[in-house]
Amino acid sequence: MRKIDLVAPAGSLVALKAAIDKGADAVYLGLKNATNARNFGGLNFGDADIHAGVEYAHSRGRKVLFAINTYPQAGAVAQWRSAIDSAVRMGADAVILADPGLLAYARDSHPELRLHLSVQGSATTIDAIELMREQFHISRAVLPRVLTLPEIEKIIKQTSVEIEVFGFGSLCVMAEGRCLLSSYVTGDSPNNRGVCSPAHAIQWQETDRSLYARLGGTLIDIYAPGEPAGYPTLCKGRFEVGGELDYALEEPASLNTIGLLPRLMEIGISALKIEGRQRSPAYVGQVVATLRAALDAAARDPGRYAPRQEWMSTLAKHSEGAQVTQGAFERPWK
Amino acid sequence: MTLQKIALAPLAYYWSKADTLSFYADALDWPVDIVYLGEVVCSRRHEMKHDDWFALAAELRAAGKEVVLSSQILIDSESDRRSMHRLIERACAQGLQIEANDLSAVRTMQQVQQPFVAGPHLNIYHADTLSWFHGLGASRFLPPAEMSGADLALLQQSRPPGMQTEVQVWGRMALAFSARCFTARHYRLKKDSCEFRCDAHPDGLLLSARDGRQFLNLNGIQTQSAACTDLSAQLPQLLAMQVEVLRIAPQSENTAAVVAAFDLARRTLAGALIPASIYPARSEPCNGYWFGVPGMLLEPEVTNA
Repeated sequence: MRKIDLVAPAGSLVALKAAIDKGADAVYLGLKNATNARNFGGLNFGDADIHAGVEYAHSRGRKVLFAINTYPQAGAVAQWRSAIDSAVRMGADAVILADPGLLAYARDSHPELRLHLSVQGSATTIDAIELMREQFHISRAVLPRVLTLPEIEKIIKQTSVEIEVFGFGSLCVMAEGRCLLSSYVTGDSPNNRGVCSPAHAIQWQETDRSLYARLGGTLIDIYAPGEPAGYPTLCKGRFEVGGELDYALEEPASLNTIGLLPRLMEIGISALKIEGRQRSPAYVGQVVATLRAALDAAARDPGRYAPRQEWMSTLAKHSEGAQVTQGAFERPWK
Repeated sequence: MTLQKIALAPLAYYWSKADTLSFYADALDWPVDIVYLGEVVCSRRHEMKHDDWFALAAELRAAGKEVVLSSQILIDSESDRRSMHRLIERACAQGLQIEANDLSAVRTMQQVQQPFVAGPHLNIYHADTLSWFHGLGASRFLPPAEMSGADLALLQQSRPPGMQTEVQVWGRMALAFSARCFTARHYRLKKDSCEFRCDAHPDGLLLSARDGRQFLNLNGIQTQSAACTDLSAQLPQLLAMQVEVLRIAPQSENTAAVVAAFDLARRTLAGALIPASIYPARSEPCNGYWFGVPGMLLEPEVTNA
């Protein structure tokens, strides 16, 4: 049974410190531009904060992973290459990349640099992962949230590449790296700009006591008085299909794998990722502390492991839509 | 000047075997040069088995069409992966081409050292990535649907030698793929006991926004645009930037008329004239991606905005 690294999101220096203090083995962060998949206003790192963050993590024996996981746009690859060069200069322990052209650049220009294949790279099979290992010597792949645990187990048995999965946070219902819904409505997508349903395209309107949420001018939900209104992510809106109004694609819910930890250890998962670079330092600190305690408990005595009530209630507080799911790992919809 | 080729995209929907065969029997007489065949969306769909697709491939090839077998776009199980390997093995044995639609198919093509078409979901946005795929054997590629005309023009300037470009000029766009099935979800069915409800929706299941506008189109695990891409007005530009192949997505009605309109346009080197009656059922035209704006928009709206 192998130790699972807890990988935490850092959208800011404060969040990074919270993650390290509460026991994350590694943090992942992005620069303040379209080279990473959480290119949100007020988020991410300038140079001074990166230096401080890397120093803070390294002096405590933890790792810093740089997410440069969007797709360089035609004619603009220089910005992405320069992000990789900066990451190396600033002491990155690994870079998280999705695009083969960039992976080739990183391997050729920085042969010693550790490469992780981003979830945005859409490698869902052993063939895809092995291709990236053969071509770029990737050390780790983050799996898209479309695979069941038995399928993940089969992959792990056939590769030397470390496998990282999502353990907690908001869910993408669509296969990552292959979703253009956001650019269809707003022009900007995770692939081309590092955003999904970006804030600049959202318009809230309060009329006749209802709250209207528009994205790029398209009305994606109407909330009744008193009804909680979450961030209007396109795929989590209510739509009409065949005369029925429903969450036609996905109900707002958070992934929570805390009940699966012994099984994840057993099948040989190397790292568990917490989603949410856009979330607050309080979220990061509390989710990291909870999963740290759970992972340690599962490692001590996997046979008798059971999620504690206080862990569940802490994580529930940070769950979108106040619902939790084990997502594709268990496929309740199958 | 060589005439641009017209290609029929792989059929995205779940039609009966009879309807599928009848569609391609008609296509024998259409001025299409390339036909992509195979189930690319969902492995549960079983009206057409591998045997049926290969029989169809032989027939189309005998009629002078260039035939390409397309691999499944989202492979999320070992059994789907094995099925992809069988498809490729058999296609190669028969000298048929493959459209690789995910990285597993790309690796398989590299291993058998056969040239392949790099499908539109491989995220080929810039020159380095295009040349990486070229090195693995890609001889033609499709840019992502969201790529603008300006970016495509840039990419075309650094195309590796021998690489061809194909662009979807017509039809609803594939925007997303999921482990979940939205058609089954609509019918409150589980994916593994979906009763194959896709068969009741030969052009997908439309989804409207809260203001009643047709917005998306559910097709099993795939989510499409409700609006229909129409790049007929951009044909002169596509020709100027040396896009060799124009891709048209099959729809249950009027595909012949769509092909005829683009055939005329490529011969006269003018934009096609598209009568509103030939759009897929209840869809409007869009071309926003080409202009670097939201994909659902139509250019005149853009210039007025």
